[in-house]
Amino acid sequence: MTKLHSQFRAALLDPEAPTPTGLRDGQGRPAAKRFDVYRNNVTVALIEALRTAFPVLHKLLGTQNFDQLARLFVRAHPPETPLMMHYGGAMPAFLEGFAPLSHIAYLPDVSRLELALRRSYHAADAPAFDPARLGVVTTDVLMASTLTLAPAVELVRSPWPLVEIWRYNTAKGADKPRSVPQSALITRTEFDPVPHALDAAQVAWITQIRAGATLAAAQDAASAHDPDFDLTPLLSLLIQTNAIADLTTPKE
Amino acid sequence: MLDATSPAHRLPAAPGVGYKAQHFTDLRADPGPVKWLEIHAENYMGDGGRPHAQLRALRPDFAMSVHGVGLSIGGQDPLDAGHLARLKTLVDWLEPASFSEHLAWSTHGAEFLDDLLPLPYTEATFACVADHIDQVQDVLGRQMLLENPSSYLAFEQSTMSETEFLSALVRRTGCGLLLDVNNVFISATNLGYTPRGYLDAYPLTSVGEIHVGGHAEDADDHGAPLLIDSHGSATADPVWALLDHALAGIGPAPVLVEWDNDVPDWPTLRAEAERAALTLSAHVSG
Repeated sequence: MTKLHSQFRAALLDPEAPTPTGLRDGQGRPAAKRFDVYRNNVTVALIEALRTAFPVLHKLLGTQNFDQLARLFVRAHPPETPLMMHYGGAMPAFLEGFAPLSHIAYLPDVSRLELALRRSYHAADAPAFDPARLGVVTTDVLMASTLTLAPAVELVRSPWPLVEIWRYNTAKGADKPRSVPQSALITRTEFDPVPHALDAAQVAWITQIRAGATLAAAQDAASAHDPDFDLTPLLSLLIQTNAIADLTTPKE
Repeated sequence: MLDATSPAHRLPAAPGVGYKAQHFTDLRADPGPVKWLEIHAENYMGDGGRPHAQLRALRPDFAMSVHGVGLSIGGQDPLDAGHLARLKTLVDWLEPASFSEHLAWSTHGAEFLDDLLPLPYTEATFACVADHIDQVQDVLGRQMLLENPSSYLAFEQSTMSETEFLSALVRRTGCGLLLDVNNVFISATNLGYTPRGYLDAYPLTSVGEIHVGGHAEDADDHGAPLLIDSHGSATADPVWALLDHALAGIGPAPVLVEWDNDVPDWPTLRAEAERAALTLSAHVSG
């Protein structure tokens, strides 16, 4: 069996590899072409899984180019678990090393965003959080507190207009991407993850909060990027999209 | 310990469908004869979000069947303990009426090959598969159903027929069987035997669930018909006839319509369930 499995594995993802030995049709004749059914099934299933995982990458490249890329990817990186919902984690690094597409330098970040959107979709539901809790403490207490963000919150840093590229390829009538760096904060109000564009100061704030820093420390980190940093729009976004899971005030 | 007789661990002898998220609203508004749903276990192994919310909403109205596609029960490698634990987590919270898996392998070392691959039927593979079934039933604390594969080829080294292999597994492990009559029809056509001859040799009394589904037609190395288990179209007439024949031997049983690729709109899938209901109605126990 070990030998058989190894022969199957070697031949499944490589059309040049010899078919496993000992395969027969119903009349005991060699059945090489019948083995191609499995080859085809595996390759088609994995390419289909990648199309589902990376719809914007698929749209940007077109089906022919995407499928060529996918065919090479599945041979180099077959799934490592039966959880196909997370298949494709190696795509950003694969794209970074893929010379034929190196002229479209934002593709790796697009794939990072799409992976993060799927993680967010399948992430645990957040416990209900009452935003009024932010208003009943004094400013001093609040600034000394920490926030726990919902499990569905994801951050994808990028030097490209990542959110506008994503929107331009998913929403009808969206504006053409401008030439600005945009990291993406993903939140999931109920079931559908949405990326929001963040500037560098907001990224610094979110990064501090996710690392468990106090609101005061996060404010300092953001102000280092932008002396006029105003938390209000970001905090409103977090509240409106159920992105805050908990507030921990300092112990008395 | 294996609770094979509890009504909570039995699907209704009625039509079910393979559940697709896009049918959520239409299915609830107009289920037709559908009394139960089958889900692919691996699609619900995330931590939350819409997939789990939909199952929680559907549970009160439909019996559930969890159908695994990733355990690699027919493989020689030890079962993936982490994957088995994920399965237990799902089965523990969803409390499905049935759990089933395939007589096939899909994992090689650290790779998951995302297809149901065939195995030769020998003493050695039998011992391995039987141990795997024992392990699954121990961990889940319940009986599992094992599904017959769709075959495109045979192995020189096989020493048992598929029906002998399945019968021996039932005797050794106490597992039940999921009889996929589409797979029987496909394998019989592809390997040159009669589907009814297969059913004559098959342990029908152990059947806990039946599958029907669509297949595609191709040709082999010699130009002979080669049927492909595509799950991408309506069930073919000869497969419905084979279902009728199987039900005559089994009696009323849970019948699932599988349609996994090119998934149609709800009315089209519901019409397939209605055809299953019609076929079942001829076999109502007196």
